[in-house]
Amino acid sequence: MAKHYQPKRSLIYLAISIVGLIVWAFLPGRDHAPRLGLDLRGGTQVILSATAAGDKAVTSEQLGQTLSIIRARVDGFGVAESEVTTQGSGANTKIIVTIPGETDRTVVDQLKTTAVLNFRPVVASDSGSPIPTPTPSVSGKKGVKVSPKPSSEKATPAPSLPASYFEPPIQTKEVSQKFADTFAALDCDGSKILEGGKIDDPEQYLITCQKDKTEKFVLAPAALSGGDIQSAKASLPSGGAGGWQVDLTMTTAGAKKFADVTKSLYTQKAPANRFGIVLDGVVMSAPSVNEAILGGSAVISGSFTPEEAKGLAQVLKYGALPVALNVDEVQQISPTLGNDQLQAGLLAGAFGLLLVILYLIAYYRALGLVAVASLVVAALMSYVIFIILGNTIGFTMTLAGIAGAVVAIGITADSFIVYFERLRDELREGKRLRGAAAQGWERASKTILAAGFVSFLAAFVLYYLSVGSVRGFAFTLGLTTVIDVVVAFTFTRPIVNRLAENKWMNSGSSMTGVSPSRLGVTTVSEVSN
Amino acid sequence: MSGISTLGNRLYRGEASYNIVGKSRTWYTVSAVFLTIAILTLIFRGLNLGIEFKGGAEFTVPVKNATTQSISDARSSVKATGVTPANVTIVGGDKIRIQTETVTTTVSNKIGAALASTFAVKDADIKVQLVGPSWGSEVSKNAARALLVFLVLVALFLATYFEWSMAVAALVALAHDVLITVGIYALSGFEVTPAAVIGFLTILGYSLYDTVVVFDKVKENTKGIAGSSRMTFSEAANLALNQTLVRSLNTSIVALLPVLSILIVGVALLGAGTLNDLALALFVGMLVGAYSSIFIATPFLAFLKERTAEMQGLQKRVNAKRKNSGGTDSVSVAVVSDSLSQAGPRKQRVKKPRSSR
Repeated sequence: MAKHYQPKRSLIYLAISIVGLIVWAFLPGRDHAPRLGLDLRGGTQVILSATAAGDKAVTSEQLGQTLSIIRARVDGFGVAESEVTTQGSGANTKIIVTIPGETDRTVVDQLKTTAVLNFRPVVASDSGSPIPTPTPSVSGKKGVKVSPKPSSEKATPAPSLPASYFEPPIQTKEVSQKFADTFAALDCDGSKILEGGKIDDPEQYLITCQKDKTEKFVLAPAALSGGDIQSAKASLPSGGAGGWQVDLTMTTAGAKKFADVTKSLYTQKAPANRFGIVLDGVVMSAPSVNEAILGGSAVISGSFTPEEAKGLAQVLKYGALPVALNVDEVQQISPTLGNDQLQAGLLAGAFGLLLVILYLIAYYRALGLVAVASLVVAALMSYVIFIILGNTIGFTMTLAGIAGAVVAIGITADSFIVYFERLRDELREGKRLRGAAAQGWERASKTILAAGFVSFLAAFVLYYLSVGSVRGFAFTLGLTTVIDVVVAFTFTRPIVNRLAENKWMNSGSSMTGVSPSRLGVTTVSEVSN
Repeated sequence: MSGISTLGNRLYRGEASYNIVGKSRTWYTVSAVFLTIAILTLIFRGLNLGIEFKGGAEFTVPVKNATTQSISDARSSVKATGVTPANVTIVGGDKIRIQTETVTTTVSNKIGAALASTFAVKDADIKVQLVGPSWGSEVSKNAARALLVFLVLVALFLATYFEWSMAVAALVALAHDVLITVGIYALSGFEVTPAAVIGFLTILGYSLYDTVVVFDKVKENTKGIAGSSRMTFSEAANLALNQTLVRSLNTSIVALLPVLSILIVGVALLGAGTLNDLALALFVGMLVGAYSSIFIATPFLAFLKERTAEMQGLQKRVNAKRKNSGGTDSVSVAVVSDSLSQAGPRKQRVKKPRSSR
């Protein structure tokens, strides 16, 4: 094996892979630096755990619903790069919400509050944007499409009204002139109402917009709430006429309330024959009522796409979170502190690297330079891979992760030391440099692999069985261990192999780090033997 | 430096040799003292657990020139919200850290606002950490599970790659390292945070890494030793230790340098936090780990091996051979363990041909 070993080829392959990684990492339209964790750029991290009512285990379906509702709420905060992820599995699943940057302290309350679903009769409606779309309708059996009366002029905020009038929820106990003015002036486009997450009072009137900004409404106090709905599911009626619809079943109490409200609504003229399905203060759908629905089951139909119908059914069914959320941990870090931590982490890394480089050169001389070059290659590969992983699997660099990488400097250098000491041992046995480089590698590579495996095993187990910052640390440690072994095999070995042919390295100069006299081999004959 | 290189050569050739395995009793005694102190402190004093494990709230307020006055200001400001702070400390000279019992997010918002107005800082500049009471026990449960799984896997790996006695010796050294490190935490009263736990867990990997490298050399030196009669297992193991001594020294220094740098930078720039907690645990653990891979793991391995019938037979043969050759310097006694007081040369003349004596 050693005879056929081609150091040049190995180096070329390594160079090609590194260039490939760099190209991949720096593809246009992506982040060109590792993604930073919250502790390095500031922000809020909330770790939540879910429990189902009555101490039952949370099903994966419930968890999925909860996640999508939380995602919708986090998106509602309007902070770019917010994330909702899960860690762990089964009953131990944790929901981790990260919102970067400076955030309002109330976000935590808003996150875990169960969303409020209300059915509110419509008092008035108007166009939220110039092009209205058909309104769905509600009937006991089949739906009949009823178009709303679109108003032609686009509403613009009256200059006389202060901006605070448009802070959601816009509510009063009675409909006043001021309330009407506010409604007239409301422009759904760009309104804060659509950010959602604002809890409305079901006892009061509400001014709000439809989710798709097409309409705005004045809504009466709630007639029904989410708790009155027993089930909701999307279905395609036989024959497929009218497209997808949502089948709704009320609870016994809900059926009575629904009967009362539909009885009075269907006699009204549009838009007062409609009711708004309001989730977290935003109208999800506002069907009109075609007849009094007494049996407690109804159909909401319209020209729904399958996705729209499923989404609406989900809102109706799970508008309130299907589970209770407990706050396990909240961390709020200001961007200034985050930046301080980042600086400190990088400085520690640079300083640590410098110390190791100085030590290696002082001790191993020319051979030390090989170690330093190997460290630089390993560092470059790690950096590029951190960028790629940030773009592909959302890997974020945390302070603990940086610490892991800094600690890895020492562990990476260990591999080179193991090799160099073996090489020197072979020289002491009287081998020439060339033979020592090959033979030393033969033995050292096994040790490097075994030791690297143990390190990797530790990182792997840590990563799989832990939550939070421990994971970040374990991930970087495991990754750098792998990179270390790769660099030792594809860079350090061929370089040393080439150097062993070098005249100067064989000259016995004390600067080579492999001079027989410095190693204490006393007689020349022993070396040349 | 060249002194170390030359020493490395003499160690390698057996011209200079430290009888580490032979003096195992001394190392055991030193470690026993440390272990006893560690265990007693853990039992009677316990660990100073951070709020991540106890549950609670922590507020860190940036304050220029924090004084004792700022502490009492912070105290009264938090008290006004109806919560009595458990612990108020100055961190790194420019921050005040207030810890309280578990509070709801509403109360925590109130406390944050009160502190912001007391110290005239922006609300968002205050670092807030709330931890539910069950979180810590979950984190510790996870860590314990990770530890158990890791130990089983690594024992299997070591037993396959080396042999069972080596796996046992490596794990004994590992338990030694972790116990002493945790004991130092108990003794000094340093706060045990998740970062510190990460540190403890990393020691596992590092301590084993070091031991694996030494054992690899022991394995090489003792290959086929049972069939020969040149030296006992203890002597071969001791030679391996001496031959890898320079490497052990170098790798320990190189591994400790970055950790030291984290510690220094962390203390100088941040005062307290993740970096320091982690680096401190690592620094102590790596020092102890470097010690144990040389002075505990290999002597203990020799102790285990010398009890086997195979190695006892080897001892007898080596002794008989040395008596016959009549060398006076080769029968000085090295105590390996209580059950075995076995002969072994204090100076190993491995390279020197027998005929030249």
